[in-house]
Amino acid sequence: MAECGQADGCMRYHVRLLWSHPSRTPSMPHADLKLDTPVGDTIKTTTCYMCACRCGIKVHIKDGRIRYIEGNRAHPVNKGVLCAKGSAGIMQHYSPARLRAPLKRIGKRGDGEFEEISWEEALGIATGWLGDIRKTDPDKLAFFTGRDQSQALTGWWAQAFGTVNYAAHGGFCSVNMAAGGLYSIGGSFWEFGDPDWEHSKYLLMFGVAEDHDSNPIKTGLGKLKTRGAKFVAINPVKTGYAAIADEWIGIRPGTDGLFVGALIHELLRNDWVDFDYLVRYANAHWLVITAPGAADDGMFVRDGEGRPLCFDRAAKHTTHASAGGIQPAIVGEFILADGRRAVPAFQLLATRFLDAEYSPAAVAERCGISAETIKRIAAEIADVAFNQAIRLPVRWTDSSGIEHEEMLGRPVSFHAMRGIAAHSNGFHTCRMLHTLQLLLGAIDTPGSFRYQPPFPKPIPPANRPGRTRRDNGALDAAPLGFVHGPEDLLVDANGKPRRLDKAFSWEFPLAAHGMLQSVIRNAWAGDPYPIDTLFLFMANMSWNSAMNTTETMHMLTDQHANGDYKIPHIIYSDAYTSEMVAYADLILPDTTYLERHDCISLLDRPISDADGAADSIRQPVFAPDRDVRPFQDVLLDLGARLQLPGLVDDFGAAKYPGGFPEYMVKHERAPGIGLLAGWRGIAADKRGIGEPNPEQLKRYIDNGCFWHHEIPASARYYKMANRDYLAWSKGLGFIGSPDPVVLQLYSETLQKFRLAALGHGKQQPPEKDRARVARYFDPLPFWYEPFEWSGIDQKKFPLSALTQRPMFMYHSWGSQNAWLRQIATRNWLHLHPTTAALHGIVDEDWLIVESHHGRIEVQAKLHAGVEPNTVWTWNAIGKRRGAWKLSDDAPEHAPGFLLNHVISDVLPDLTYANADPITGQAAWFDLRVRIEKAPTHDNAAQTIKTSINSSMNSIENSTSATP
Amino acid sequence: MTCLPQAKSGAKKLGLVIDLDICVGCHACAVACKEWNDGGDFGPLPDENKQQREPFGVWFNRVHTYDVENAATKQQMTVHFPRSCLHCETPDCVTVCPTGASYKRAEDGIVLIDEDKCIGCKLCSWACPYGAREYSEVRGVMQKCTLCVDRIYNETLAVEERQPACVLACPTHARHFGDLGDADSAVSQLVAAREGYALMPELGYQPVNRYLPPRPRRDQRNAVAKAQEEKIDLDQLPPLLRWVDKLLSR
Repeated sequence: MAECGQADGCMRYHVRLLWSHPSRTPSMPHADLKLDTPVGDTIKTTTCYMCACRCGIKVHIKDGRIRYIEGNRAHPVNKGVLCAKGSAGIMQHYSPARLRAPLKRIGKRGDGEFEEISWEEALGIATGWLGDIRKTDPDKLAFFTGRDQSQALTGWWAQAFGTVNYAAHGGFCSVNMAAGGLYSIGGSFWEFGDPDWEHSKYLLMFGVAEDHDSNPIKTGLGKLKTRGAKFVAINPVKTGYAAIADEWIGIRPGTDGLFVGALIHELLRNDWVDFDYLVRYANAHWLVITAPGAADDGMFVRDGEGRPLCFDRAAKHTTHASAGGIQPAIVGEFILADGRRAVPAFQLLATRFLDAEYSPAAVAERCGISAETIKRIAAEIADVAFNQAIRLPVRWTDSSGIEHEEMLGRPVSFHAMRGIAAHSNGFHTCRMLHTLQLLLGAIDTPGSFRYQPPFPKPIPPANRPGRTRRDNGALDAAPLGFVHGPEDLLVDANGKPRRLDKAFSWEFPLAAHGMLQSVIRNAWAGDPYPIDTLFLFMANMSWNSAMNTTETMHMLTDQHANGDYKIPHIIYSDAYTSEMVAYADLILPDTTYLERHDCISLLDRPISDADGAADSIRQPVFAPDRDVRPFQDVLLDLGARLQLPGLVDDFGAAKYPGGFPEYMVKHERAPGIGLLAGWRGIAADKRGIGEPNPEQLKRYIDNGCFWHHEIPASARYYKMANRDYLAWSKGLGFIGSPDPVVLQLYSETLQKFRLAALGHGKQQPPEKDRARVARYFDPLPFWYEPFEWSGIDQKKFPLSALTQRPMFMYHSWGSQNAWLRQIATRNWLHLHPTTAALHGIVDEDWLIVESHHGRIEVQAKLHAGVEPNTVWTWNAIGKRRGAWKLSDDAPEHAPGFLLNHVISDVLPDLTYANADPITGQAAWFDLRVRIEKAPTHDNAAQTIKTSINSSMNSIENSTSATP
Repeated sequence: MTCLPQAKSGAKKLGLVIDLDICVGCHACAVACKEWNDGGDFGPLPDENKQQREPFGVWFNRVHTYDVENAATKQQMTVHFPRSCLHCETPDCVTVCPTGASYKRAEDGIVLIDEDKCIGCKLCSWACPYGAREYSEVRGVMQKCTLCVDRIYNETLAVEERQPACVLACPTHARHFGDLGDADSAVSQLVAAREGYALMPELGYQPVNRYLPPRPRRDQRNAVAKAQEEKIDLDQLPPLLRWVDKLLSR
């Protein structure tokens, strides 16, 4: 048995003693235990913030200090359990790396020399910079937040400021899953939908080392396996969840679309398709115009009222596709009254995936999965969906008014996240996965994937990104939203990007979460324009959140010939001395999560589950003992100093002098709709919509800091077309109308962009983007080779390289923690024993990992649970020397390392960002490398050697060099 | 040397049952244990080099991850293995103790250490083949899992919360706590149903804790469904034709 690299604990060698001589009788110190004394003197409930899971916690306080943090058994997210990060929260709260006061840079950028200043001075500096920008060009402020969960405030603030340059971290995280889902099924995996853990008989999980829904997934997997359901993990690396799977399928990174496409091929070939589901809940029967070259080619046939049509086989003519009592055709060519030809969307889909291109034999080698396995998995999921269907004895009424005696379930569920998302083909792969679910009739039925409120939403969601500034300087809508067609893009008259990150431009039209990963390069290059101030919150953009970290650090410190920094001002807010701190001019220190109010709002990233809507708050458990302030309070204060609309009253006084807790209660986004949905109205008797209730926070605190409202039993499945659900959802203000959400197998939205690229319509892409848009805006999902692969000599770089976070540090920006680092202080590069042998590498050898972008020298650890053509490492354990109050010899600096140095942020030919061409999702996992044994390595040097083939300059570096 | 209590039939044997089939190796149990006990009656669990090169501290529970291969089937598995005191019925770690500091409770079988008597000689850690005991240099005493004895009997806690911290925290519910001396208890029945096993029973210490082995994995060797014979030959028949007369209604 060889211990693999996941845990670092040591197993001592033990010798059994051969003698034993009992002679004494012990006393009993446990008699002194104070078993009638409570654990602490006070208990406060709040919400964990050690990651994005947002579990309910109870903080036991004794003598003014934390005695113990435990999961809140009443909380809908975690129901009492708590992960390693959650229990280590005590170390986070007392971390020596906490910032103590506002800081002003006095040395050179990157040197980390600061002086402590007063809040008045700090806010004065920020107000000066931002005030000048707002008077001249608000877009010169780039305001980007990281693993932030207060976008309901920050997005609104950016809108009031009037800058289009706002986003959070979704662009480098998993926007492909969000957009792929929202543009296809009106919901997504993420933490916005989950497998029906109670009824599912078969779960296919793609990727997922850990997830936003961290504890619910763990609890669900335990439940699923205990019930005897089959769990299949499709993942190049077998760690964590994949380790307990019944079957681990070690797929090659970036080829999930081929595998899923082949499953679809098999379902179609064998006629294992739920056609009733497809014509009731999806657009399989909608007629698509076939008129190559025409402006309406590929668009749906619509009647005078704009309603899509289908062909009714009973009436033998076209009719409204959502009508009841019809017999829709799913194949055939139909000639319309005006002579145009049209085919049902399903026919186009079936034609694509029945092609031999998607046959198991055709994809097997590239996926690294045998054709037999692909065929067997297809047969297994079809068997479960159709031969083991379940029926819940629950009456429900669909949106056409038809009553059903029971709920038919296809108990096959799927889950996927970054393993699919972080590729340049991730959007279409995600759409393909939803297509597979649709063919099985396995979306929001008993046993399948289920939506969590407020989803499903109309496809695409109604809110478009803000584009124009009103007279008061505010944008007409929040900067992030959903583009419905070329007319919604943020481009100038020449089709050039209006956003700094180029989101919502022809380069990345559906970049619904923005592109944080492109902001620093573009600001440095002045492309598409220079900015004045970069304002970041909780985004470690000079380290593990950056692709191409070495060059990113250089861009942050690069100067014009006159000595001015190319990015003139950088403001950063964080609670800890993360790597980014050294690169800012002004630091606004945040509190720990136990020292402030926060709001986990349904307007932002809800914590709902499939059976109910939920939101929650954080309340301060302690007052800060340092000169730090909650970021949200600071943002409201800054907004008032800048006299932003909505942040001051008619006399120019701050509208929310009580800070964020006052905003959480009083602010209304629309009449009756605020950040919190529970206990609205003066009498605290309204949900979702109701006037502000001054006692609202007290009601939350009395209830354990959360609100949960159950969906009626008749409305818990088929939410996209369940009359009771849609009425319930509308009543809470989640959707504007109770119309059913028709799931989009075929995406007309994508086709609009393709038509524009083919020369139709007023808004067309610039010539340089035309072919790209025409190719990738395919209304049906398809697989294409990841961009980085096509841009390099793949024979030279034969291996894929992945990073993932360990569960005990997942998604936790403050993961540097005295207890968690005892589990792992360093990472290794893991590779399959066969691959290692091929290169003459043994455990703990130093090796060189080289991509087209650069080289890094790291230490190897063999791991049989990895697909042989893939190497991988834990991300974000490696830290930069000087950060996090770690000593200079801490292993996090070296031999710990960050693979990001060799991940390029641009494509090999430098044409575009290294991202999905639809959504702008950072393609971290497209990385290809070669490895070789390092000739020599000086272990005493305690540095990690890197060298980057820079597009800027040649940068030789040692990432652990003292700044 | 230290005596074990007189074994009585029907005596309580409190212990843990750990399900290796669903343990995902997340370390939640280890950190929850560390947190509860650091501030508890048997704490602190000191940490050294907190921000330095070799951080280490006392943990009562650690999780190890192993790549294993089934010798018969050649099937590769990754197993997450939480390790803590097994509260053996006849442990040498108690009997070797020269001061009576290491002892086993008669009433429930929990093995504890009286820190006032511990002289830090480490004989007990040499005697324990499971590596369950950890010596604290800072405090000069041996420390180990107490089964959260200061929690499970705390009358101020709700009854359902009177369980070890690791059991309450475990996100997959892979950890169970109860009386393994009572054949009718939920934990004993779970052990019976899942063929739970004691760790290295051949050493003769009669561990109380039990591990539930991974369930047989239903992979390609015992697949339920088989790929069907070709229903249609895609080269011979235009495949879409079969759906032309498909009778669907909405």
